[in-house]
Amino acid sequence: MSKPAFTNYETAWCPGCGNFAIIETLTGVLNQLERPPHQVVLVGGIGQAAKTNQYITANGFSGLHGRSLPAAVAIKIANDDLTVIVNTGDGDSYGEGGNHFLHNIRRNVDITHFVHDNQIYGLTKGQPSPTSNRCDLTDNSNPCNLGASFNPLLIAIAAGATFVARSFSGDKKHLAEMMTAAIQHPGYALVDILQPCVSFNKTNTFAYYKKRVKPLDEGYDATNKLAALEKAMEFGDTIPIGILYREQAPTYAAKHPELFDKVPLVDKQINQSDVQALINSYI
Amino acid sequence: MIILGYLILNGGFSLYNILLGGAAGDGIETMAGLLEKMLKQSGCHLFTIRDFMSRVRGGHNFTQIRFGDQPLHAHRDTLDGIFTVDEKSYQEHQPRLSYDGFILCDEALAIDDFRAIKLPFKKIATDLGNPKVINSVATGALLKLFNIPLDHAAAIIKSNLRADLVEINLSAINKGYDLLESHYDLPLIETSEDLMLSGNNAIGLGAVAAGLRFYSAYPMSPSTSLLDFFNAHSSTMAIAVEQAEDEIAAINMAIGASYAGATAMTGTSGGGFSLMVEALGFSGIAEIPLVAVDVQRPGPATGFPTRTEQSDLKFVISASQGEFPRMVIALRDHTDCFYQTARSLALAKKYQIPVILLSDQYLADSTTTIPILNASEIVHYDEPEAPVPTPDHPYKRYALTENGISPLAIPGKSEALVRVDSDEHDESGQITESATVRNQMVQKRMHKLEGLKKELIEPEFWGAQQCQSLLVGFGSTSGAIKEAVDILNQEEKNYGALLFGDIYPLPTERLRHFCDQVMEIINVEQNATGQLASLIREETLISCEHSILKYDGRQLSVDDILTGIKNFKGGF
Repeated sequence: MSKPAFTNYETAWCPGCGNFAIIETLTGVLNQLERPPHQVVLVGGIGQAAKTNQYITANGFSGLHGRSLPAAVAIKIANDDLTVIVNTGDGDSYGEGGNHFLHNIRRNVDITHFVHDNQIYGLTKGQPSPTSNRCDLTDNSNPCNLGASFNPLLIAIAAGATFVARSFSGDKKHLAEMMTAAIQHPGYALVDILQPCVSFNKTNTFAYYKKRVKPLDEGYDATNKLAALEKAMEFGDTIPIGILYREQAPTYAAKHPELFDKVPLVDKQINQSDVQALINSYI
Repeated sequence: MIILGYLILNGGFSLYNILLGGAAGDGIETMAGLLEKMLKQSGCHLFTIRDFMSRVRGGHNFTQIRFGDQPLHAHRDTLDGIFTVDEKSYQEHQPRLSYDGFILCDEALAIDDFRAIKLPFKKIATDLGNPKVINSVATGALLKLFNIPLDHAAAIIKSNLRADLVEINLSAINKGYDLLESHYDLPLIETSEDLMLSGNNAIGLGAVAAGLRFYSAYPMSPSTSLLDFFNAHSSTMAIAVEQAEDEIAAINMAIGASYAGATAMTGTSGGGFSLMVEALGFSGIAEIPLVAVDVQRPGPATGFPTRTEQSDLKFVISASQGEFPRMVIALRDHTDCFYQTARSLALAKKYQIPVILLSDQYLADSTTTIPILNASEIVHYDEPEAPVPTPDHPYKRYALTENGISPLAIPGKSEALVRVDSDEHDESGQITESATVRNQMVQKRMHKLEGLKKELIEPEFWGAQQCQSLLVGFGSTSGAIKEAVDILNQEEKNYGALLFGDIYPLPTERLRHFCDQVMEIINVEQNATGQLASLIREETLISCEHSILKYDGRQLSVDDILTGIKNFKGGF
């Protein structure tokens, strides 16, 4: 058997971290999809999850905290031939990068966004993240939110996202299905992946999630936006996982046909005579 | 003696300076734009400045058009004429009107001045059926006053106004033309083949000529017209233009696009640049080429949104935490805007660094006539082929080299895996904690400055080679400094000026040469603290004896510089 195209480097994660299952699943999915590593760009911000691109043999872009999405969409706009996948955490995506999260949903650039959501700040050792449980609903000896918790799926659907899913690092089969569907979705695809932080989150543990996650019913209609909004509000004793909402909508590229023909933007050339004609229009 | 003085100040040329004033929404800007085109097509050289308030309606705005038979590089304060739609513009500007100047206005305005030419503009416009064409009636009158033929009016009106407005505006111009006799004469020969454009448009053209493929920005005065320019030419020039949700997104997008191989740029003013600074350092450590344009306005914070200043110099040369190589180029004039923008994109690629272009509201919004710009004359940088990776020798994005520049591969264009990192990293882009690697990488990055310094362009020298007094300035004040030096040298050839374009790293050779020769150095700057003088002192230990500084949001004029020198010299 030949060596798979995508392999892993040694990581710096804590033993037992949910990230191991996620990187293993992602590596498997990428190998299944048979895209050559040099055509895949893995983008991250800052945080434990954001280090994912450091540990997979592909193009890697480790940017600034919270700023992975603007860079990722620009990479895709510059070269539409590339498969662009963001791996980063809940703090990076929803806290520091909240404004970019909202507005890149609207752009619908064909990128995939995997949020490793452990409901805590791990790299900075245990502060509450936007998605941490509300203190009045949890054992508040753990980091928790005095105010409301950020509901990424509800907000993503409301903001116009065209692919919104949730999965769990403890269910690799489900996770692989979600990752594959998200990468293949034309447009911005969000998968919020619940994962335990074994070092700092004593509330949202592996057992906590295992007990609560429940795949969507067979008959669930992911194209019904109102039903999806309602489903996105379920987050408690039961946590639905699966594709909550999906629609076919024009991507950024489809809305800019003049920039997205067969030649990627990065390879386009303008005739010098056309440039000079533009200059001469100021005579 | 009086006649001689007049000739000295005007250099014996036919140059005029008129002001069009009114409230925002009065159509002054449209009128000025059309009048500029008519003057230009008739063979005039022009330099026009725009002074407007941060509001859409009301207040007081004006456009000041200086024109004549010689190339112009700056505005002057003394006016030959004022056209005003309200009394306020008259009151505001009449102290600058020369004794033999004119005030052109509607007969109904309460202006009691022997220089006033009151004409029935409003009545004519109303009789034509649309009171809004009042400015076109006045345009006709102005053209006649300066004996400019109407030859080009029809074509200009047709190509700039809505079809249903063409006829009535042309009638209005003709009626205005018949209202009075010519008073001035311009020895104009033929239609000018010069370009007429704003500083921001010249930056846009330079970027297009350099092969820009990606521009991201958040609207902010006075940089917004750059965003508008790229949007207008996005399809035809193959430029993806993204209006970002904020300046942080704008610069991170430009960095992402550049990583993917697209020539990329972002633009803003000081406030937006403040948001960008972390990413500026990212470009530095990740060695991703980037050009950021800072079209300055007075700060701090919101400051003076629609006005001008050169107070971001020391900010942009040190912006962002940590140490990394960067270059700052101050744009001196509209020609610089074109060629230096193209050069900045080439240098950013060659050295894989951020390059900052410093412009300001004065340069961004002023229009002038300049000789043709040639797309064929710009400096391109062609990336050498990156090495082909093999299993034993994978591509290393940050390979250590003699000059500090690592071969650049573009993701997807070869088998190379391109791995970049805002963390400190090893040669392959992998995150590191190693002290040895840290030292190697800091040295590698800073080493690029050695090559960059060899490419620096020394400041332009203007004036008398044997000068005893040396003016130093940077960026958009250059035109006014040159004209001031010319005027000063008409009496005694004692003045010279060094005008910095490349400003960081600071080129020092020419400065040191003149420092040995002159008796005094005078820094002329549009800021309160003398930031250029401070930079010069820091880099060379050379001190400036005098300063001419202005920070009221209105650009230093030739007259301000002459007055400044007179103030510490006592008469001239």
